[in-house]
Amino acid sequence: MTFDPAAIAAQTVIEGRNLPRLETWSRPYWEATGRGELLLQHCAHCGAWQFYPRPLCTTCGEVPEWEVASGRGAVHTFTVIRQNRSAPFKELGPYVVAMIDLAEGPRMMTNLVGCEVDDVEIGMPVQVHFVAADDEIALPFWRPVTSDA
Amino acid sequence: MADRTPVIVGVGLSDYPKEPELDNVAHHGLAIRRALDDSGVKLTDIDGLMCFGSYGVDDAPTMAETFGIKYRVLDGTFAGGTVFEFFAHHAAAAIRTGQADTVLISYGSALLSSQGRNLGTQMFTSAARQAGPLQYEVPWGNPLVGSYAMAAKRHMHEYGTTSEQLAQIAVDTRDNASHNPKALYQSPITVEDVLNSRMIADPLHMLDCCVISDGGGAVIMTTAERAADLPSIPIYVAGSATAQTHWNIAQMPDFTSTAAAISGPAAFAEAGITHADVDTLQLYDSFTITTLLLLEGLGFCAKGEGGPFVGRGGVLRFDGELPTNTDGGGLSSCHPGMRGIFLLIESVRQLRGLAGEVQVPDCEVAVACGSGGFLSAMGTVVLTKEAP
Repeated sequence: MTFDPAAIAAQTVIEGRNLPRLETWSRPYWEATGRGELLLQHCAHCGAWQFYPRPLCTTCGEVPEWEVASGRGAVHTFTVIRQNRSAPFKELGPYVVAMIDLAEGPRMMTNLVGCEVDDVEIGMPVQVHFVAADDEIALPFWRPVTSDA
Repeated sequence: MADRTPVIVGVGLSDYPKEPELDNVAHHGLAIRRALDDSGVKLTDIDGLMCFGSYGVDDAPTMAETFGIKYRVLDGTFAGGTVFEFFAHHAAAAIRTGQADTVLISYGSALLSSQGRNLGTQMFTSAARQAGPLQYEVPWGNPLVGSYAMAAKRHMHEYGTTSEQLAQIAVDTRDNASHNPKALYQSPITVEDVLNSRMIADPLHMLDCCVISDGGGAVIMTTAERAADLPSIPIYVAGSATAQTHWNIAQMPDFTSTAAAISGPAAFAEAGITHADVDTLQLYDSFTITTLLLLEGLGFCAKGEGGPFVGRGGVLRFDGELPTNTDGGGLSSCHPGMRGIFLLIESVRQLRGLAGEVQVPDCEVAVACGSGGFLSAMGTVVLTKEAP
């Protein structure tokens, strides 16, 4: 698996994508993406990890803490979207929407980039690949694990 | 003591599949009038209203005003397309406890005529930044069909389910639709037709996806005691239950398991039935994978065996082993955005023995199971011809 910056750039066009509103519990997460960090919530009380961020641990109800995640994971499931009538996706050509099993446990939706859509497989090891979305935040795309990362 | 067992005494369908002159409220109106006529209930007898719609147009309190309903119970719960099974569940409780005597559940949608066929293949976002949990999903361009495609992909990975097996669900459902002169699509199809149809989101083809139509429906529920004085054939709500495993697809705990495995057994237990008692199933079929997951969730086959179960062919036909979606379902007949009410109405039609060419012989027990959101919220209702 090779890392092709030009191909990834074409797959990670930001213009036109709907971006997140930074809210009480999403702000720390998104601000960390701007620093190249992937934050998850971890509950010191029961040990559970969770994503997306929210006020209370969904396992035990205590207040969770922020932890920096490894940025490593594996593809849990995916699809190749071949028809989306909305911009900018209608211009992308076939693209991969995937669910990533993070090494820490939670699951996260993303676009898997940096490979051909036909090369994606369930279980394939992947790593986070941040692309700046504005002055403040980056979007966590994911790509196959490469040796030259 | 009065018999407050909840029964359905009236059902009505609006016109479908394409009715450009009707808006949402007009669909409600046609369906309600027909359900009133069917039941013999007077509008002024209704003291409970349950419906979901857009604020200021067809939300529950606006509809109460629009139709002049003096309610004691009002319910505008949102749970996606299965909300009508939720309403039946809530109405049954309200009727049993005496909070209401006669409840109207109503739905109307001009989806096809007002918005076209884009429901599954477009984003529902505006220029504004996305609030709430969807903010972690919308940047990735996952249209509605993509969520179901990811469930299908995972099911194939874990259990070896094939596209041919999923396609057979569309084929059987189309066979049922071929007997429904109102169905949007009535010409029989083959497995090859499904596999040769355009790939929308791997592994789901166009013919793995439900239709988009206009339509509406209404259901009137009351007590068994009141039903005895009405001219229609009452159908008992023998059991009902609701559950959800997640709401947004990215939070689905197990992409091959649904809340039908929770609400199904609970509703069966309340009704005191087993799988062998069920004569017909009406399952929310937004996509072929939805039907398969509901069959497994309800326990009509073991988890992971849905593919071989339906893949034999003809199992889901009205004259098959497990007659399912006998009106042609969402896959071929009618899906105006939220299909749940049609599951109840088709169940009643079968139990009353009025299903014509697709009538299931000696139909005494029907199960309606809806799926709302993204395989998220699932309501199950057991309906019976005889008192439970």
